[in-house]
Amino acid sequence: MWEALQFEFMRHALAAGVLVSISCGIIGVLVVVNRIAMISGGIAHASYGGIGLAVFMGIAPFAGAAAFAVLMGLLMGWISLNRKHRSDAIIGAIWAIGMAIGIIFIDLSPGYNVDLMSYLFGSILAVGKGELWFMLAIDVLTLVLVILFYKELLAMSYDEQFAIVTGVPVKALYFLLIALTAFTVVMLIRVVGLILVIALLTIPPYISEQFTSTLGKMMGFSILLSILFITLGLWLSYNFNLSSGASIIVVAGAGFFLSQVLGEA
Amino acid sequence: MTDNLPAIEMKDVWFSYNKVPVVERVSFTLKQGDFLGILGPNGGGKTTLLKLMLGLLKPDRGEIRILGKPPKEARKHVGYLPQETDFHMTFPITVYELALMGRLPHARLGRPYKKQDHQIAEEALKEVGMWEFRYAKVGELSGGQRQRVFIARALASEPKILMLDEPTSSIDPQFETDLYELFRELNKKITLVVITHDIGVISQYVKSVACINRTLIFHEEGKITQEMIEATYQCPVDLIAHGVPHRVFPIHKERG
Repeated sequence: MWEALQFEFMRHALAAGVLVSISCGIIGVLVVVNRIAMISGGIAHASYGGIGLAVFMGIAPFAGAAAFAVLMGLLMGWISLNRKHRSDAIIGAIWAIGMAIGIIFIDLSPGYNVDLMSYLFGSILAVGKGELWFMLAIDVLTLVLVILFYKELLAMSYDEQFAIVTGVPVKALYFLLIALTAFTVVMLIRVVGLILVIALLTIPPYISEQFTSTLGKMMGFSILLSILFITLGLWLSYNFNLSSGASIIVVAGAGFFLSQVLGEA
Repeated sequence: MTDNLPAIEMKDVWFSYNKVPVVERVSFTLKQGDFLGILGPNGGGKTTLLKLMLGLLKPDRGEIRILGKPPKEARKHVGYLPQETDFHMTFPITVYELALMGRLPHARLGRPYKKQDHQIAEEALKEVGMWEFRYAKVGELSGGQRQRVFIARALASEPKILMLDEPTSSIDPQFETDLYELFRELNKKITLVVITHDIGVISQYVKSVACINRTLIFHEEGKITQEMIEATYQCPVDLIAHGVPHRVFPIHKERG
């Protein structure tokens, strides 16, 4: 592992791992306790539409993905508030339609051969310096907003009815959470790809919940687990020449089963 | 001063879910310091009535005033205990955090709780006897302990009116009596509204009784009459009051 650090791409990959873990741990916890994992999966896949659109228009793919992810996220959030009984079906449809739009736009982009696999399964080994700054900015934004509205987010997540009665602007917070989820998801696409995002977002919080007594501790524990999974996954990927995104998720999956066994004992 | 205003005032209130009437022409006035028990069958509109008083639902017709204000504006003065407290059992939240949540109506958006908020949450937990459990995870408590913590949360908001939806539904009979003793103690300072279908125990504690089955019959002296029960449950029900030191039920005919 240590000799791998002489390569700049490896140092960048490890730094990216730590940076995405911060947002991923915090937002992942809020996604799990508010039961919006389905929406975050929808955001991840639908954001491919943004990538296709950006490629077609000749702008940076991740900027397109971020804008599209936020828009689709807010749309899905609105639907799940207003069409409660069929929200999963509609979210599933947007999930697929977004991807399809992306693929069509890439087909239409002349002479551009986009590396579809890097978006589907991640490319943490290709993260550049500029992207690290972008990740840091998202982390700072996430931290500031979550610390600021911690008591309201806690009330909303635990007892929404009570939060409403006491005058917490639950709807505004819900859409804020979805927007932050969209940014986090786009960051995670770089690391594990849009298909595997949902695992890295939900597994660390799920494990953490069993061992923590407050939402804040659950977030901290999730961040550490996420860093651990990404680093171990990178190590596996480097030593055995495996896909980095899949290696990270396999490690997270192993952690998930291990915690279940430990939880039972 | 707000002291002379009625705690709750309903004037010809109607409410329906998808055109199915749930609450019809409900009118009553509850004075401050009262202890109202609301009885009624399942589906009779008990919880709907509570949600109307909390401002979570809007009546189709009629007027609701809580301490002289529309329900939404009176929320600061109303504490409530939800019917179910066993949701999110794995959720990482401590007893102390839950009690502190009761300070939300008095705290400012995007600001941390103040020292005073922490003191009030501490007092509320001591009042229900749960201070020593403050670091425990709420989901790991027994049903009765959890109920106490939720009551502490309601108390921490320093309500003038405390509304409780089926407070004894998930606890053992022993604690039920303790709980009603606690209510009696609280009632010295604040107005209480308790929703229940447990006619037996409540009759010893409440000052007023209302029965709801779509429409509401209000009785200020706390007497549960056969007539009320029959109108409410739409079938003759025998009133059984065992171990009641001073019977609030009038004598009624035995049915064979």
